[in-house]
Amino acid sequence: MGLAKQEENEMKFLISMHINPAVLDALTDEEQAAIGEGHGRFIEALKQSGELITTQALVDPSQAAVVSVRNGQPVVTDGPFLESKEYVGGFYLIDCENKERAIELAAQIPDAAIEGLGIEVRQVMFADGQLEA
Amino acid sequence: MTAPVIEDLLRELTPQVLGALVRRHGQFEGCEDAVQEAVLAAAVQWPAEGVPDNPRGWLLTVASRRLIDQLRSDHARRERESATAAVEVVPEDVPGTDDTLVLLFLCCHPTLTAASQVALTLRAVGGLTTAEIARAFLVPEATMAARISRAKQRIKAAGSSFGLPDGAELQERLRVVLHVLYLIFNEGYTASSGSELHRADLAHEAIRLTRMVHVQLPEDGEVTGLLALMLLTHARREARTTPAGDLVPLDEQDRRKWDRGLIDEGVELVKASLAGPALGPYQLQAAIAATHADAATAEETDWPQVHALYLILERIAPNPMVTLNRAIALAEIDGPRAGLALLSTLDGDERLAGHHRLLSVRAHLLEKTGDTAGAYEHYRRAAKATASIAEQRYLESRASRVRA
Repeated sequence: MGLAKQEENEMKFLISMHINPAVLDALTDEEQAAIGEGHGRFIEALKQSGELITTQALVDPSQAAVVSVRNGQPVVTDGPFLESKEYVGGFYLIDCENKERAIELAAQIPDAAIEGLGIEVRQVMFADGQLEA
Repeated sequence: MTAPVIEDLLRELTPQVLGALVRRHGQFEGCEDAVQEAVLAAAVQWPAEGVPDNPRGWLLTVASRRLIDQLRSDHARRERESATAAVEVVPEDVPGTDDTLVLLFLCCHPTLTAASQVALTLRAVGGLTTAEIARAFLVPEATMAARISRAKQRIKAAGSSFGLPDGAELQERLRVVLHVLYLIFNEGYTASSGSELHRADLAHEAIRLTRMVHVQLPEDGEVTGLLALMLLTHARREARTTPAGDLVPLDEQDRRKWDRGLIDEGVELVKASLAGPALGPYQLQAAIAATHADAATAEETDWPQVHALYLILERIAPNPMVTLNRAIALAEIDGPRAGLALLSTLDGDERLAGHHRLLSVRAHLLEKTGDTAGAYEHYRRAAKATASIAEQRYLESRASRVRA
């Protein structure tokens, strides 16, 4: 048994969007609006096909707090944690047939067509908690 | 009647009631919704008020009313206040007819994705609620509801008639049905994430549905083979994990924990199916499972027979996973180096490149040749490549074992 189990059952993937604030700022208003509309259409299509679990977008990385515990005491500093050009801006959690389908969906996200923005697809290995929330 | 008994009854009656309703009114889409509502109503009312004398008739009546309400409101939306033409007729109850197969063929329509086929089959034929299916697949109920409704729209758009396909198309479509049942079983069997209880339910459900198909098509070797494969695999469920949830490989399982009743039934089915004219992949996989079931200890396994069966399987359904399994059997007969040599023929296969099964089998055979460094490296790489936590834990424990 199990000749092809992981290849064929439905799988969950996290499609994360790695944004570069400088790249986004350099876009025209029209281009920015097109991204927003593209995400709207993408979400609608995912809902229709039943492949969307959830999607969330995050605030600007400058608003992040970095938490560590030293000698049992929490220490909080201003983020972001990594000094980088790109940050996670948001994600889609999807449930689809296989990795090929996840990649096909990722390619429909408007960010994928913009130089300097990155889309990453990774399979989910463990999950717990309320999905309805 | 207790709640689980009522649940079983509802699951058994669902395809019968749905079949009767679709025969009377057509439009699978609306009928399926109406039956789901009737089943939900029964699940609430029957435990409190008792099961009606004719539960099937009760469901049929309630579902018919829901459907007619639905038709009327659709109609009203179109024609405002004009009188509706819908005639309130409850279809005649003909308990002799079994539409299970017809419904299965419809739910496993080739225009649907496998995920949709699975979901729709569980609801329309299995009688599970959307919430139960969503829980079993660890997705929100809204996601599952969207998937099911989308699937029904697609079936409607394809303009399917309610009846069995004939001739060659029947065989073609039956293969899809069996594959869907196999996927449902596998989802229950792998138990790689989430609540294992719900996943085991899926294995039960797959066996129940396959039994229903077997009753309808007792002469079909592949249906028999699939049922046997499920029973023989399910028979090992108690032995294949530790109480802590860790995987136990076949050669280390406590075979006294195998369910003899399921094995006996599975072996009988395999024998019956192998006597038939044609030989298919499910029959061969079942025959392999039966060969393992036949050995009282791992040492007593008839490896030449396992190898011969994989060789036939490789010929009729070529697949790198089959070759991989044959390499394990070959290593048992001619030694680990022979197994490794066969594995090396898979190196160029893109379907298996970096696959954790190829890595872990190679690790296992390297360990047997005494190459502990190679085994360690491959176990670690396999652990990184798998998406199953249980498998990852197992592979990491093997890695630390060869290092020690």
